[in-house]
Amino acid sequence: MKKIVFLSLFFWLLSYKLSYSQNFIIGTIYYEDSLGEKLPLSGVSVFWENTTIGTLSDLDGNYKVPFSNSSNRLLFKYLGFKDQIIQYSNQSTINITMIEDENILDEVILNKKQKTIQKSYFKTQNIINVSSEELLKAACCNISESFETNPSIDVNYSNSITGTKQVKMLGLESPYLLITEENIPMIRGASQVYGLSFIPGTWVESMQITKGSGSVTNGFESISGQINVELNKPFSDSPFFINIYSNNMGRNEINLHSNKIINDKLSSGLYIHANKNDHILDNNNDGFLDHPISEALNLFNRWQYINPSKGTVIFLGYRFMSDKKEIGENTKDKVFIRESWLGEINTKRFDSNFKIGYVNPSIPYQSLGFQMAYSYHNQDSFFGKRNYLINQKSFYSSIMYNSIIGSTLNKIKLGLNYSYDDYDELFNRVSIDMISSSQRIDNSIGGFFEYSYDSLDEISLVAGIRYDFHNNLGNFFTPRLHLRYQPFEKSVIRLSAGTGRKASNVISENQNIFATGREIFLPKNVGKFYGLAPEKAFNYGVSFRQGFDINNRQGDVTIDYYVTDFDNQVVVDWEAQGEVSFYNLKGNSYAKSLQVDLEYEFNDNFYLKSTYKNYNVKKQYKTGFFQSPLTPKNRFFTNIEASTNTKKNGSKWKFDLTYNWIGKQRIPKHNLSLVKGFSNSYSLLNSQITKVFSKKFELYLGGENISNYKQDKPVLGGYPFGTDFDTSIVYAPLHGSLFYIGLRLKS
Amino acid sequence: MKQIVIFTLLFSSICYSQSNSISEKASFKVLGVCEMCEERIEKETIKLKGVKYADWDILSNNISIIYNSKKIDLDKIHRHISLLGHSTEKYKAPQETYNSLPDCCRYETIDPH
Repeated sequence: MKKIVFLSLFFWLLSYKLSYSQNFIIGTIYYEDSLGEKLPLSGVSVFWENTTIGTLSDLDGNYKVPFSNSSNRLLFKYLGFKDQIIQYSNQSTINITMIEDENILDEVILNKKQKTIQKSYFKTQNIINVSSEELLKAACCNISESFETNPSIDVNYSNSITGTKQVKMLGLESPYLLITEENIPMIRGASQVYGLSFIPGTWVESMQITKGSGSVTNGFESISGQINVELNKPFSDSPFFINIYSNNMGRNEINLHSNKIINDKLSSGLYIHANKNDHILDNNNDGFLDHPISEALNLFNRWQYINPSKGTVIFLGYRFMSDKKEIGENTKDKVFIRESWLGEINTKRFDSNFKIGYVNPSIPYQSLGFQMAYSYHNQDSFFGKRNYLINQKSFYSSIMYNSIIGSTLNKIKLGLNYSYDDYDELFNRVSIDMISSSQRIDNSIGGFFEYSYDSLDEISLVAGIRYDFHNNLGNFFTPRLHLRYQPFEKSVIRLSAGTGRKASNVISENQNIFATGREIFLPKNVGKFYGLAPEKAFNYGVSFRQGFDINNRQGDVTIDYYVTDFDNQVVVDWEAQGEVSFYNLKGNSYAKSLQVDLEYEFNDNFYLKSTYKNYNVKKQYKTGFFQSPLTPKNRFFTNIEASTNTKKNGSKWKFDLTYNWIGKQRIPKHNLSLVKGFSNSYSLLNSQITKVFSKKFELYLGGENISNYKQDKPVLGGYPFGTDFDTSIVYAPLHGSLFYIGLRLKS
Repeated sequence: MKQIVIFTLLFSSICYSQSNSISEKASFKVLGVCEMCEERIEKETIKLKGVKYADWDILSNNISIIYNSKKIDLDKIHRHISLLGHSTEKYKAPQETYNSLPDCCRYETIDPH
């Protein structure tokens, strides 16, 4: 651990040394509006005259352009404005005000604000892009929490003592999603439950959420969708960034980024995240800590090399993470005559990856990409008298070639993936003596081919197929198809269908079984999959989007309907008190999800999103065919985003309000439960206010669960070592209102 | 090792044959003004049989083309684009077609900086 910290610091310092000379020019581009107010101008091309070295200004009008030896005249171009040329004479900052060219266009929209969640009319797949701006809306803390302002993904507590939140999409839990980090499968197997909480929110540049079966290029695992996370790139991220967060429940966080541009080709970034909560809190007086005592450290160093004239891009990164949570009874304020119930979850993880991409500069439609990643994940934990140990070592590698058939209307991707996972796990089914264990190596190699056709107007299509050889799952095809039809400019229909499979890591995916007195029943107590068959499902869906204009302001309505039909599923059965059983599906299992979104921009400073969701998630249990427990059938979501106009110095206020209504949920039977049958529906309110002082500094203040709704008695059972002890029945927030404050500083 | 060498040679020869023996590159001026022009020029050019790649740049008014010289000649590409209403280095657009372009695409009256 210490060695890695030292090594990172050493590399980082080295990068400082290498970059003693100034190697790029930065500045801000403005324009004057009709009232003579200076406003930033984005999308301006900035490049050295007669070269291809250049860039575009960002949303705040900022640009950063590397030096060029072949020219000393910097050119600024933007449609509707006069070209400007600046003679370079050793200045490091060039700010410029563009002058409108009256002759060209009268009706160019100059300051179109970019939406923080973007849906495209042109992409074939149903992909929602989430920008870093959107991630700021939930200031805390990691990406599992950042989805709380996103209607496509639901966030739930997984149990009442670890404070872990789990995401769901299309009514299915995160294991049925393929979560990739820059297209490398990332959160799977051992990291399934806590993995999303190990990615700090500020590290993320953007996220792409694909609904329904995704592309075949990243493997066969995605069943209900894909989430791809793009992390900050050293070349484009701000040179320095710091974020500090603190809340009234004792949680403190710090994020630090430092990026160095070493020369016009090489850059390096160091990202540090640390959080700590040593506050002992038992507000609901159940004798258990409301949230774990925790501390975590997350370190990431990455290198980026770009050579535009040769067409190469290289990334190299390595990361270390350590996370410690202490859970259980409040032994500080209470004296127990008996042994107290305590627990600990210690996780250590190491990741490294290497990517190289090559685009033929003379034939821009041909490219070749290669990537490989290694990860080591170790969780050492105990929950009362139960132990759970899991260790996973993974290697992943892929190669992909992009080209065309005939013309760029017909594109092809072909390639190979290789993946290796070594799992080792051990746990107690009830108490110390009933031990189950599993050791397994998953080995697979697969080839894929994806064809896309784009008529550049109404129709586009992506058809992919892959064939995998898997040592435990056998050999199989995975076909996937996406169609897009846009009969009118603002109407688009998308269809998708495809299969997905997964080797289930049932225990690590369902760790909420441990903080209960339930006995775990598996078909077999040892062996690769404990006698459970691999999961297989077919997903299909349709999405319709209609844009409209009211008062010259844009809005749209989207209706999505997706169905996941399981051929085989591992059923996790919580229906009998004191037991949890895992068995192979016999009969039907499906998840049908309907989502209706309405978005409308009232004016430049006021934006509304509203969503209704209906989930029909049913499967055949041993005792009958019914809706999955703790899955609300109906949900309603509204988000309002407002801001004041940006002043000359860049200052403004931003307001954000999210309202969630969660319908009634089926509660598994438990004789101590206060709720029988179904829980009541409830509402949640989150809000955030940000004061932007300048482009470099902002302060934020927010509240979660402001209406203070919480579940009564989330921990069931008087004696925590008894069979009726249960922390898994959680349908509402555990905390009351939470307030936080923080700052962001960058240069 | 031998297999890798053979594979690499095979792979590079495929790339080589794809890029050199059939494909030819060309770049020439096509008059136009805005993104609507860009969409029209690129869309109609790429749909020509034999054209593999077309990219028109608003600022320089240059079109970069990769095409299969056995299936189409450059003259035909020039002529096709000019018939869309956009004059090229070789052919002037017919006045009638030019007149039917939307206002923002009238490169003769709008000075394309």
